Amino acid sequence: MWEPESSDSLQTDTLLDSSLESVDKVEGWVLDAAKSMGFDEDELHSIGIAVRECMVNAVAHGNRYHGKKKVRFELWTSAKRLAMRISDEGAGFDVEGVPDPLHENNLMRHSGRGLLMIRAFMDEFLVVKRQPVGTAVVLVKNLPAVAG
Amino acid sequence: MSVKLTTRQIGDVTVVDASGRITLGEGSSTFRDKIKELVGGGGKKILLNMGDITYIDSSGIGELVSSFTSVQNSGGTLKLLNLTKRVHDLLQITKLYTVFEVHDDEAAAVRSFS
Repeated sequence: MWEPESSDSLQTDTLLDSSLESVDKVEGWVLDAAKSMGFDEDELHSIGIAVRECMVNAVAHGNRYHGKKKVRFELWTSAKRLAMRISDEGAGFDVEGVPDPLHENNLMRHSGRGLLMIRAFMDEFLVVKRQPVGTAVVLVKNLPAVAG
Repeated sequence: MSVKLTTRQIGDVTVVDASGRITLGEGSSTFRDKIKELVGGGGKKILLNMGDITYIDSSGIGELVSSFTSVQNSGGTLKLLNLTKRVHDLLQITKLYTVFEVHDDEAAAVRSFS
């Protein structure tokens, strides 16, 4: 189970509807926080894509836009990193079971590239099965000075 | 801002000037509808100018792929023009850069259809 570090300061912990409006809302919050931390424009773009992909997964694939299911969004910041946890109430999914979008047989598929893009853009990406139901996804982006 | 699409004709090549964001929801459906409309209208040579696309997510990438396939299945060709560095990087990450024919020069891109 992932836990924030002692230096991570909780900025946001909120429950959101399973809607695309929530996706836009979270993207805005994260970009505001990341900008104030000093991430540059390219990094902001990468962070924005990753958080958007995760929120879409939670809202659309996890909660399936269900009116009563919520997405919990938590955001921490510190002098060295931005960390987020996005939790849904869906049936869960097997990360290892997701077809490789880079395999030649899958290259022209319409969907299935979200996880690839998240991994490409974030420093840490963790998928945790929640009990009794749901999935929590953790994203961490380090400030460049401490990256690597 | 969601995606905005305008079309112009250069000879028998339809150039689609795209700007804004292609993301899940309105952006990707607008894009899908426009390509469907062009294919339905008999468009065989489509050049998608992505110079002003600021953002594209995995859903938008999926629409690009589906559009490519849909145009190809109707006997036509879809090519890309003026990729920004960010879109270019995304196509590299997803290995789709090898699938699409990409141009930086509009005149040369139009000539490449003949």
